[in-house]
Amino acid sequence: MADRIAEHPILGVQEKGKIVKFVFDGMQIEGYEGEPIAAALKAADVMVHRYTQKEHKPRGIFCAIGRCTDCVMIVDGVPNVRTCITPLKEGMVVKTQFGVSEKPFDEQ
Amino acid sequence: MNSVNDRSRDIGPFVPAPDDDMLICRCEEITKGEIRQAVHDGMWTITEIRRYLRAGMGLCQGQTCSRLVKGIVARELGVSPAEIEPATSRVPMRPIQMRVFANEAKED
Amino acid sequence: MKRYDLIIVGAGPSGLSAAIEAAKRGLEVVVFDENEKPGGQLFKQIHKFFGSKEHRAKTRGFVIGKQLLDEAAAAGVLVVLNATVIGLYQDKEVVVKIKESIRHYKADAVVIATGAAENMVTFKGWTLPGVIGAGAAQTLMNLHGVLPGKKVLMLGSGNVGLVVSFQLLQCGCEVVALVDAAPRVGGYGVHAAKVARTGVPFYLSHTIVEAEGDEWVTGVTIAQVDDKFNFIEGTEKHFDVDTICLAVGLSPMSQLLKMAGAKMEDNPKKGGQVPVCDEYGRTSIPGVFVAGDVSGIEEASSAMIEGRMAGVVAAEYLGFIDTESMDTELKEMEKALDGLRQGMFAPKNRGKAIDKTEEGIDISVNLLKRGFVADDEIEKYPGVTHKKGVHPVIECTQNIPCNPCQDACPKKCISIGSNITSLPIVVKDSECINCGMCVASCSGQAIFLVDEDCGDGTATVTLPYEFLPLPKEGEKGIALGRDGNEVCKAEVVSVKSAKAFDKTNLLTMRVPKEYAMKARFFKVSK
Repeated sequence: MADRIAEHPILGVQEKGKIVKFVFDGMQIEGYEGEPIAAALKAADVMVHRYTQKEHKPRGIFCAIGRCTDCVMIVDGVPNVRTCITPLKEGMVVKTQFGVSEKPFDEQ
Repeated sequence: MNSVNDRSRDIGPFVPAPDDDMLICRCEEITKGEIRQAVHDGMWTITEIRRYLRAGMGLCQGQTCSRLVKGIVARELGVSPAEIEPATSRVPMRPIQMRVFANEAKED
Repeated sequence: MKRYDLIIVGAGPSGLSAAIEAAKRGLEVVVFDENEKPGGQLFKQIHKFFGSKEHRAKTRGFVIGKQLLDEAAAAGVLVVLNATVIGLYQDKEVVVKIKESIRHYKADAVVIATGAAENMVTFKGWTLPGVIGAGAAQTLMNLHGVLPGKKVLMLGSGNVGLVVSFQLLQCGCEVVALVDAAPRVGGYGVHAAKVARTGVPFYLSHTIVEAEGDEWVTGVTIAQVDDKFNFIEGTEKHFDVDTICLAVGLSPMSQLLKMAGAKMEDNPKKGGQVPVCDEYGRTSIPGVFVAGDVSGIEEASSAMIEGRMAGVVAAEYLGFIDTESMDTELKEMEKALDGLRQGMFAPKNRGKAIDKTEEGIDISVNLLKRGFVADDEIEKYPGVTHKKGVHPVIECTQNIPCNPCQDACPKKCISIGSNITSLPIVVKDSECINCGMCVASCSGQAIFLVDEDCGDGTATVTLPYEFLPLPKEGEKGIALGRDGNEVCKAEVVSVKSAKAFDKTNLLTMRVPKEYAMKARFFKVSK
């Protein structure tokens, strides 16, 4: 969790609560319970959340407040989940979204 | 009828531009060139553009691109963006699963 | 169907303020907000606010957020979170998505306080991961404690771009450049100056040509633009960055009002599509009111007053107070709002190029083009004076509605007068006791305490310092000038962090005396 702010000059040390494990594309990652999935992924240096349907272009966090829908992924089997506003839970399975599928385009 | 929508007005031919491949609608992956061409195909309002191209009809419902689309259409028509009729605002404002949308809560 | 006297959409500064005023007058109020946490953007604002006492000046945004939530709770306001208002229908039927179901509510009055959404610009590669909105950067670093990036380029020199650049620096990111296609810095000069003196270069009349990278951003190219915003060939500059932040304005989020059938207008001065309303937020639909950015882009301080007005007007509409007492209260609020809408950044002056201060002094050209007041310009301003011993040097050079500095000094060394936008002056023959309250109270971080000649060939400069790690007494480093360039060696004399300073540390550094009026930032030598 190298990209976390340990201590902030104004906000101090933020209370983040319990550390939970979740799975991203088969890899086990840690994050804080209740923080947005996108925040946990960002802290783990994951940039690409999905590839677009038509052009197969990578997308990631853009607005971070649930408006732009660019950060959607497949969460526990459900596609199009806005990861920037969906709280992280222990054991979640998060997958890169290809179009609206979890299967890479050459397998679709 | 407002003069912006006077379809007998000559807006000149479609002239290809070097940035026509610029993506404007991030959700439906619609380019600037497609939007400009649509204006020349007779789509002079945002509502028509939406129906014709699906720009602004994706997951985010035009949160990011509507202002950009409006600017492109206005420029193509040679009017100010303020003169362009905005798209219709509709329920449900945010992406929502149909099963939730149809799930009316009981009185409490 | 549950009925409320007043339903408010949006628990940001204006929505909460409306709720507090209405609930205090006896209305049963509910506030719906789609977010997980209330407060709107306030909890992402970590700088001290401008204005005067009545506007909660020199209080940090997130603290104001907490205050509003406490006041709302005390007034009996119900705030429902994760509650997305998806429709506003005839007869004030409000449809809300809460958790996994849809609920219908009926209101006798409605306040729409949905705020604004960020504008975006397009350039080659703008959809790459790593290109983010300035709001996203704030959300990540200030709400979630995650670094938005390590090397960041900021596009946009309005207050959002400037404030977020500073916030990025505060959490340890490197800001490689601040870029704006406009020829002048759009935001407050003091916000620009505090970014510039840390060494961030400003590129006005420049914009992004391309975000580079295959899977995510690895670099960016900017270039100069002419007065028609066309790129000038041969002016390209490349930066290695992992993040590009866009702060190019806001648009009112007024779709609910359009859906409800309120009369709308497209008003570029207000930021786009807004409901037609009177000065207290009454829309064309009786009983539907608006407050805050949804009715025209301004900032949080004015949004709070607009919210209070809407709360009072709604109370009168439903007969909880009489028209006479409403008018009296509105008059007070109007005065407070009017105070904020003064000065060269007032809504009425939007788009105007102002070249002189109200005092008739030329605005610094360097400030507008490069983000800092040049050494040869600074002496023109009334807050910059010289005397023996420690004294305040107030580098406040634009008329903005802000006056905490004049109340901060226990010795009354600083005066603004009754006109809140006047440039502060150093009161003649006043006695500075080097307490530092002015330095810590200046929301623009524009006040320094300088002893120009300590008698041993050195001078001391006390500056506001909001970074970590805090330098230690005796630590040696480099003094940077207003332009962010190295001017001389410097040694830390003291670092004070009193509670009254509210997280603004006072760093005093010793420099050779010829640099007393040039050295304005301390950088630890690597």
